[in-house]
Amino acid sequence: MSDYTNYRTGEPVVDSKAPEGPVADRWDTRRFQAKLVNPANRRKHTVIVVGTGLAGGSAGATLAEQGYHVVQFCFQDSPRRAHSVAAQGGINAAKNYRNDGDSVHRLFYDTVKGGDFRARESNVHRLAEISVEIIDQCVAQGVPFAREYGGLLDNRSFGGVQVSRTFYARGQTGQQLLLGAYQALSRQIAAGNVELHARTEMLDLIVVDGRARGIVARDLVTGRIDTYFADAVVLASGGYGNVFYLSTNAMNSNATAVWRAHRRGAYFANPCFTQIHPTCIPRTGDHQSKLTLMSESLRNDGRIWVPKAKGDQRPAGEIPEDERDYYLERIYPAFGNLVPRDIASRAAKNVCDEGRGVGPGGQGVYLDFAEAIQRMGRAAVEEKYGNLFDMYAQITAENPYETPMRIYPAVHYTMGGLWVDYDLQTTVPGLFAIGEANFSDHGANRLGASALMQGLADGYFVLPSTINDYLARHPHSEEIDDRHPAVAEAVAETEDRLHLLLAVDGDRTPDSFHREIGALMWEFCGMARTEEGLREALHRIPRIREEFWRRVKVPGTGEQLNQALEKANRVVDYLELAELMCLDALHRAESCGGHFREESQTPDGEAARRDEEFSYVAAWEFGATGDAPVLHKEDLVFEYVHPTQRSYA
Amino acid sequence: MTRTLWDSSVGKKTIMAVSGLVMLGYLVVHMLGNLKIFFGSDEFNHYAHWLRTLGEPFLHYEWALWIVRVVLVAAVVLHAVSAYQLSRRDLRARPTAYVHKRARASYATRTMRYGGLILALFIVWHILDLTTGTVHPGGFQPGHPYQNVLDTFSTWYGNVVYIVAVLALGLHVQHGFWSAAQTLGVGNATRDRVLKALANVLAVVLTAGFVSVPVAVMTGVVS
Amino acid sequence: MKLTLRVWRQQNAEAPGAMVTYEVDGISRDMSFLEMLDTLNEELILGGDEPVAFDHDCREGICGACSLVINGDAHGPERTTTCQLHMRSFQDGDTIDVEPWRASAFPVVKDLVVDRSAFDRIIQSGGYISAPTGTAPDAHATPVPKPDADFAFEHAECIGCGACVAACPNGSAMLFTSAKVNHLNVLPQGAPERETRVLDMVATMDEEGFGGCTLTGECATACPKGIPLPSIAAMNKEWLRATRKVRR
Repeated sequence: MSDYTNYRTGEPVVDSKAPEGPVADRWDTRRFQAKLVNPANRRKHTVIVVGTGLAGGSAGATLAEQGYHVVQFCFQDSPRRAHSVAAQGGINAAKNYRNDGDSVHRLFYDTVKGGDFRARESNVHRLAEISVEIIDQCVAQGVPFAREYGGLLDNRSFGGVQVSRTFYARGQTGQQLLLGAYQALSRQIAAGNVELHARTEMLDLIVVDGRARGIVARDLVTGRIDTYFADAVVLASGGYGNVFYLSTNAMNSNATAVWRAHRRGAYFANPCFTQIHPTCIPRTGDHQSKLTLMSESLRNDGRIWVPKAKGDQRPAGEIPEDERDYYLERIYPAFGNLVPRDIASRAAKNVCDEGRGVGPGGQGVYLDFAEAIQRMGRAAVEEKYGNLFDMYAQITAENPYETPMRIYPAVHYTMGGLWVDYDLQTTVPGLFAIGEANFSDHGANRLGASALMQGLADGYFVLPSTINDYLARHPHSEEIDDRHPAVAEAVAETEDRLHLLLAVDGDRTPDSFHREIGALMWEFCGMARTEEGLREALHRIPRIREEFWRRVKVPGTGEQLNQALEKANRVVDYLELAELMCLDALHRAESCGGHFREESQTPDGEAARRDEEFSYVAAWEFGATGDAPVLHKEDLVFEYVHPTQRSYA
Repeated sequence: MTRTLWDSSVGKKTIMAVSGLVMLGYLVVHMLGNLKIFFGSDEFNHYAHWLRTLGEPFLHYEWALWIVRVVLVAAVVLHAVSAYQLSRRDLRARPTAYVHKRARASYATRTMRYGGLILALFIVWHILDLTTGTVHPGGFQPGHPYQNVLDTFSTWYGNVVYIVAVLALGLHVQHGFWSAAQTLGVGNATRDRVLKALANVLAVVLTAGFVSVPVAVMTGVVS
Repeated sequence: MKLTLRVWRQQNAEAPGAMVTYEVDGISRDMSFLEMLDTLNEELILGGDEPVAFDHDCREGICGACSLVINGDAHGPERTTTCQLHMRSFQDGDTIDVEPWRASAFPVVKDLVVDRSAFDRIIQSGGYISAPTGTAPDAHATPVPKPDADFAFEHAECIGCGACVAACPNGSAMLFTSAKVNHLNVLPQGAPERETRVLDMVATMDEEGFGGCTLTGECATACPKGIPLPSIAAMNKEWLRATRKVRR
């Protein structure tokens, strides 16, 4: 086995862009300090945006509105299908429309605490400030948020907080916000300010003289490999949860853009921070291709329970009240069913491990609306959650109005991602990462309804302000074309990789490898991790990778629509990224947020952080495939929210 | 605005809807007039003559009738040309059929085009038969519509052609009226049932009213 | 379950296509329809054949990517997206026909994959509210009556899958277009562009080669999100209003 675990610790990485001073003033300060590009000069600058989700769509639209020439990519057939579309529950904003004591500072505090003190205070505060503007922006675009009879916006509460600050559009908030961004982008496409390439997938980053200058992309219909050049590249390509094969991500969500950028020099931060969402529909068998989330908002009114007795096989309705264990309400009386996601997930795993799980294989817990239906009436429950209930019924053929839903945790979101500074710039100058693709705002656990907030904050407001500074400092990019050695090399590497995949002609499908690595990651790098398990995973991953390159089979050619080839190429990157995730999880010998190391827990089984050793961001620098990466630490400083053991009891 | 109407598929549908409603209005009056045949030859012929003197003395003899004819011809032409152009667009938009066939939409909806074609041919025959008398069976007598009607419905083909056309008309009106309401933006979720009911009533009443004449002739009620 | 599948195979946009028959075995009733196709594809790959190409992504009924005509029905026998259709809707031994969306505005790219970019161009021609980032007033500055907000939401639910076009015997995009027009035109924020929006979107719809509406109602029956048929009448009303009012 290689010395992959034998990583070296390099120079610390420092966020040089975050201003000093009071946290509430830092964003203003930075915006004032940042250099500007004269409006007349903006059209001379080209910016590539990869991805059209909430972050990418909003960034593309806003940059184009500012006058930049935007070249945008999505692998879907339309920008409207980016997976942000599937977010259900809502988006947070410190509007305090409820007059329930909310404020920017409270949202900031909740988010830092919810992230288990592994996020940057500067970034989180900025996010909380901008949250307010996002709602204004979206309403102006015509996003049909839920409203009350007076015509004003409705709010609900979400896990990990005690105020109602979540704006929502029934169970389709992500869809509606995405359509808002998509429509703004469409307007810019029509105006000729955005050049859109749909069904086109980024396969490599072009770095010239140390600066990101373009991408190599494949037209998924013709198979053509093309190069695109720009003055800056923005990655808004989402998270990497599909490493686990089964997740709530879309089938085609992938890590290729971020992983290829990482291989070209961008540090990868906190890769082991993955969020396991507590309320997903349990899997039904080996054929399962993806998992479906049931919005966390259901925990507002649904009560989670399992039978008190192990192996209780009775149907839910026949288990009397006093033989049920509403375990979240019992263990965490203050937050009850609304504890943060990492805690709810782990609690579900624990009761199932005890043998009290329900449904096939005992991998499930009940989410019961009987009490809510009695209290609010069926019509009110329907109005609030109707589409979620329909979705559940459609998938499981069970009626959740009559029998409790069965839920189980599933991989949902990745807090880790490309390391970025306060300007959202990676360690490769000119390469920016926004939305789930970066690591910056959620620490070790993301609170519900915060992903939409962060994606839109980055895309509408942060990046369009900070990218000016970079472009103003690099006003004249050297002309490059395909003959430039760095470009030719990137193209050749990409073409070689695809040719190789087609040439192996083995006896296993790309999916079979994806399932194998996914199962391995779920077992050893999932909800609970141990040193022993992670070492086992790190031992096995290179073997799977080796087998992949020997046995994978991809029919057809590269010069056509070839979905098997697309998949195989994504699996190549999962097989490398998985290794880094396990290493990161191994090196972080503490528990925090979504990262639970069994060796590091409190006597009552809660995650025990070890701040003196691990209060830092782990930013990894790529070595070579299978070679140990270099760890760069960014120390985290908490001036406003002092790290304490999180308590939701 | 005229260009917008003519160039747009929605606009052309509007033209179809309006021209269709004009014809529908005419048909209701026409059908009621036909029923006068049940009151005997004098009253029927007198009614037919009155149509020619309508609007006098302000209008000259037969002018009102000609105005109606011009409006109707315009409506028929607009309706037919729009229908033809829209149909061409529709067929172009969906050149490949599904291999797996299944029944779609209601009968009336699917047969609008064929129904329209039948009605167009019928109108030509109907005019040649009872207005100009060109293809009238027996001797056509201008000014004696009662006898002319009896002549037509004394032949088997006269009855067949007429009844088939009227049935086609009923189906056409049933979908056409409701469809026109939608095109003109009158329809909404709450009004939908009322509009559908109205369409059904119109279709049934028109069909029954028109068919009653040949049936009456055949059964000897009118002779 | 054991099934016979007849699937439309077409190498690319230019090549002719044909229905090809496959047998699949060991299908579980809990599988989704797409998971059943995954099973077929795994077998095809191992046999060295090209897997059946089809569009799919979120597999939870919201992205609008999946687009199969199953036994003559867009999205199959249930009123849902293809990805949310489960094999329990079929019987052991069934023969199932799988075809791509058919409309000249949606040319076949390969097998069951079609090009729906015409929808994007309809949106680009007016399916937005011009609200550049940073210009928005406070979200509560303009209350929206709940019935209007609900009406907007009902139409905003469209996922742009194209089932309406696929089901329509005329290949008409009226339901898709009307959904967006109605969503934006009922909102006070959408009022300034109310007239141009509907005129431009309908004009683009026509230019893209979609057919006209004959109100067969097939679109609304096929719509997985339940966009109602009267939404077309509502757009017609907007269009007529706009032709009278617009100042060009």
